[in-house]
Amino acid sequence: MTSGGLPVPGRARQPADHRQQSTNLADILERVLDKGIVIAGDIRVNLLDIELLTIKIRLLIASVDKAREIGIDWWEHDPTLSSGQRDLAEENRRLRERIGELETGRPAQRDSEDASPHEPVGARERKTRSDG
Amino acid sequence: MADSLVYLYAVGDAALGESLPPGLTGVDGAPVRVIVEGRLGAVVSTVDPVHFDEETLQGNLEDLTWLAETARAHHALVEAVWRHEPVAPLRLATVYLDDDNIHSLLRQRGAAFTAVLDRIRGRREWGIKAFAHGSEDVDADQSADSNLGPGAAYLLRKRMARERGARAQQDVQEAVADLHRALSAAAAASHLYPPQAPQLSGRREPMVLNAAYLVEESEATTFTNAVQTWHSPHVHHELTGPWVPYSFAMLEES
Repeated sequence: MTSGGLPVPGRARQPADHRQQSTNLADILERVLDKGIVIAGDIRVNLLDIELLTIKIRLLIASVDKAREIGIDWWEHDPTLSSGQRDLAEENRRLRERIGELETGRPAQRDSEDASPHEPVGARERKTRSDG
Repeated sequence: MADSLVYLYAVGDAALGESLPPGLTGVDGAPVRVIVEGRLGAVVSTVDPVHFDEETLQGNLEDLTWLAETARAHHALVEAVWRHEPVAPLRLATVYLDDDNIHSLLRQRGAAFTAVLDRIRGRREWGIKAFAHGSEDVDADQSADSNLGPGAAYLLRKRMARERGARAQQDVQEAVADLHRALSAAAAASHLYPPQAPQLSGRREPMVLNAAYLVEESEATTFTNAVQTWHSPHVHHELTGPWVPYSFAMLEES
């Protein structure tokens, strides 16, 4: 997949230590998954907020050697310093639910949701995006 | 199932058709080409349904290794293209059945794409993350309560620690507001992201600002100088970029 002479911005500029690499990838994901022009293509996938965040968590966990040791409950201790971080509490609550589901195999209570097994929680509220 | 699918990376001016150097590759190592429609050009590559049809793609997106590689390839291509023409990047994994559908997209949303391009042309995005400094230990004020009984002294210490915490929090908030104000002054627009959780940021200190600034290319030095000269005892900050203006490439609601 490495594409010939294509430069990877950021990589060259930053020291190649492990944490920088992960942070850098997180920065890229933050942009390519959630920013840029959002249009529903012909191929529909549910790449909405909650899944994005789940993916980020997995990214993190994969990048830490002993994921179990850091505990899966780190967000409990997440300091919410500024009022601007209120959303984080809500986000974390939803993430906990989502991870719970992922860990127990598959969707817990989805009876009222429709058929797609990947339909993320919160998909509906997010339909207000510039989706065409 | 279709034999092939078309992955859309970015939209720019029709001039892309001529200015894009040959040999660029995108996700899956596929060669990149330009679909021109009117005054717009779409940067695409043909991809294999084996990786990009609905079912597989959904699964792939959950596969971290695949996701990381694809995100990097998508991003690297967008950066490479930007060096020749300004483009508005599409979100990862925007996939169409065929070229015709991309032609129709460019026709139908042409005005919106043009508006985005006008907003980001000649500008770059810079990212700033700020972190609060850890608060010091609070055992310093023991002398103040020497005449109090142990219970009252304990309560007093608790209260003082709480007040110090609140003050520290306020200092951080004020510093962040000041930083944001200083950088916004050198930027054409800004966008605030939710701060990343410590495990994602890779930092122990809490992230207190996660912002993107849209800056004229000619103002880049002014902006980076503003970043470098700003200091606070309460927070420290880090610069990333310049990026293709992902955070400012949103289509207006029509």
